[in-house]
Amino acid sequence: MTDALAPFVEATVRTATPLAFAALGELVAERSGVINIGLEGTIIAGAFGGLVVAGTAGAGLGFVGAVAAGMLVAAIFAFFVVTLKADHIITGTAISMLGVGSTGTLYRLYYGTTGAALETPTLAPFPIPILHSIPWIGGAFFAQPPVMYLLYVIVPCLAWCMTRTSVGLALRAVGERPEAARAAGISPARVRWVALLFCGAMGGLSGGTLVLAQVGTFNEGISAGRGFIAIAIVVLGRWSAVGVTGAALLFGAASALQYLAQAMGWGIPYQFALALPYVLTLAALAGAGKRSAAPASLGVRG
Amino acid sequence: MTTRAATTSTLFSWKRLLPPLLVSAVVVGVIVVVIVAGHHDIIESFSAFGRGSFGSAYAFWSATLVRATPLTLLGLAVALAFRSGVMNIGAEGQFLAGASAATAVVLTGVGGGMVLVIALPAAVLAGALWAAIAGWLKREFGVLEVISSLMLNFVAQYLVSYLVRGPLQEPTHVYPQTETFGPAAQLPLLISGQRLHLGYAIAVLLALILWWMFRATAVGFRLRAVGAGAAAAASAGQVMVPRVLFTAFLLSGAIAGLAGGVEVTGVTYALYEGISPGFGYTAIAVALLARLNPLAIIGTGIFFGALEAGAAAMQRDAGVPFQFVAVVEALVVLGVIALDWTRERGATRR
Repeated sequence: MTDALAPFVEATVRTATPLAFAALGELVAERSGVINIGLEGTIIAGAFGGLVVAGTAGAGLGFVGAVAAGMLVAAIFAFFVVTLKADHIITGTAISMLGVGSTGTLYRLYYGTTGAALETPTLAPFPIPILHSIPWIGGAFFAQPPVMYLLYVIVPCLAWCMTRTSVGLALRAVGERPEAARAAGISPARVRWVALLFCGAMGGLSGGTLVLAQVGTFNEGISAGRGFIAIAIVVLGRWSAVGVTGAALLFGAASALQYLAQAMGWGIPYQFALALPYVLTLAALAGAGKRSAAPASLGVRG
Repeated sequence: MTTRAATTSTLFSWKRLLPPLLVSAVVVGVIVVVIVAGHHDIIESFSAFGRGSFGSAYAFWSATLVRATPLTLLGLAVALAFRSGVMNIGAEGQFLAGASAATAVVLTGVGGGMVLVIALPAAVLAGALWAAIAGWLKREFGVLEVISSLMLNFVAQYLVSYLVRGPLQEPTHVYPQTETFGPAAQLPLLISGQRLHLGYAIAVLLALILWWMFRATAVGFRLRAVGAGAAAAASAGQVMVPRVLFTAFLLSGAIAGLAGGVEVTGVTYALYEGISPGFGYTAIAVALLARLNPLAIIGTGIFFGALEAGAAAMQRDAGVPFQFVAVVEALVVLGVIALDWTRERGATRR
């Protein structure tokens, strides 16, 4: 059991990291009242942007490209949803298709029709002294590529920002009662634009992490539904930064469970492990019921 | 008043022509950009597109319409839900549930020569049940159907993956798919020498039925009333809103399930993991471009069927990446949204 534990925790954190970035972005968007189903498109745009920039400027600047690409896609989404007041779900679905389709097309155009695997420079792991040698969990949490450590900064900052600052209050007010926020002198449109651009940046970071810190290459299915999983994670994490991070780890653990199950010879079909987080999310949604923590104006047009 | 009368009476007014012109411009524009950027031969590419979609009887009956079948059925499923105010984006999962159920029935070998009479209703039932989970969560617990139906898409995907690698795998246990269905479990073909199957006729018939249902029946009226404004329908029309929403979910899921059953018995004759290349999501574009009108979905279904068939030929014969189809689909949806916005703005200013 102990032999399998360290790799299990490692695989959990590895899977959870890009999910956590994307879900924290989605959290901010949803707190402003916008459900961003286009997140899948921002993640894959980030992955592709990271690939293109890293090819000429190295992995470090690649992340800048990833964030910029994510924000670009999020800006298109924000224009339709906030400025034109379009339906969130329909627009989001279109944005996801746009992201997946345009990166797939561009990838084939730039790198040939074969879509051959293309190596890209990646960030080396950076072990934090002392902490990385903690048994079982040290390697997973403290010997990762530096981008993962951003989570240790972003999560507490976001938690503090959303609950203890006027910016966070404005964000939540717009998500709960936009008309009341407007009466208090806050522009819901502006708040939502900023929230969605932040969401795009985090989605881009998520895609950049996949390509530049984990996989080391790009393929058309690299986002693999992570944008949709992130939406489930936000629900499961009950719309708080810490909860969302915990839920991301839970999803990571569930997908790592398949390796553990194989190693231990438990004989459960791996698909059950992979489907488990979605079923959990549905159960959590039902359990939260009508006193759910969801922002009151979530998904409402305008 | 006179100006309004004038614009509506003119059949070929700009307002009517604008959407199809815009859509055509988007399609051609995206294709040209992709072809030019990839240094493909533009004549060669467009002729491949034509050959694959409308260029010959075979292309039309065996590629375009075969591809249009699931898109039309799923487009109807989406339109029915959206018109009733149910944001069912789970058509993909309900399709997979239907495909799985039909496959399971076929593989058990019940019904002998009449197996389709059991398999297709099983697909309808499975799709409805899969949708009922999200509908029930909405009715009992107020769960946002967008999130629940999306989650169920993934569960269905893993379910199919489990089935074709587990209990329903072909006898040699080498490939992740079921064995090929026998002739009794294959939908009859409509034209000899063509791949077009009975499923397309079912789709067209269903479009007519739904059109009639929305126009002329009490169920259709209630669905539309709830879609137009749930609160008003409840207070003025004494409509049981939660019940109507649940019904809409069931009907939408049933149609999507049927689409899955039709696909395995009409086209693939087997179940495997990638059986739906995102049909359930493309269907949203199909439904929206038709403005959720069931009759118009016959047209938009053919349009997107031709687009996908033509793009497949273009990739095969001219090397143009197929992925641009998703870009076109996305731009069509965004274009419809933008047109609606200009219209709404025009209406409020008047």
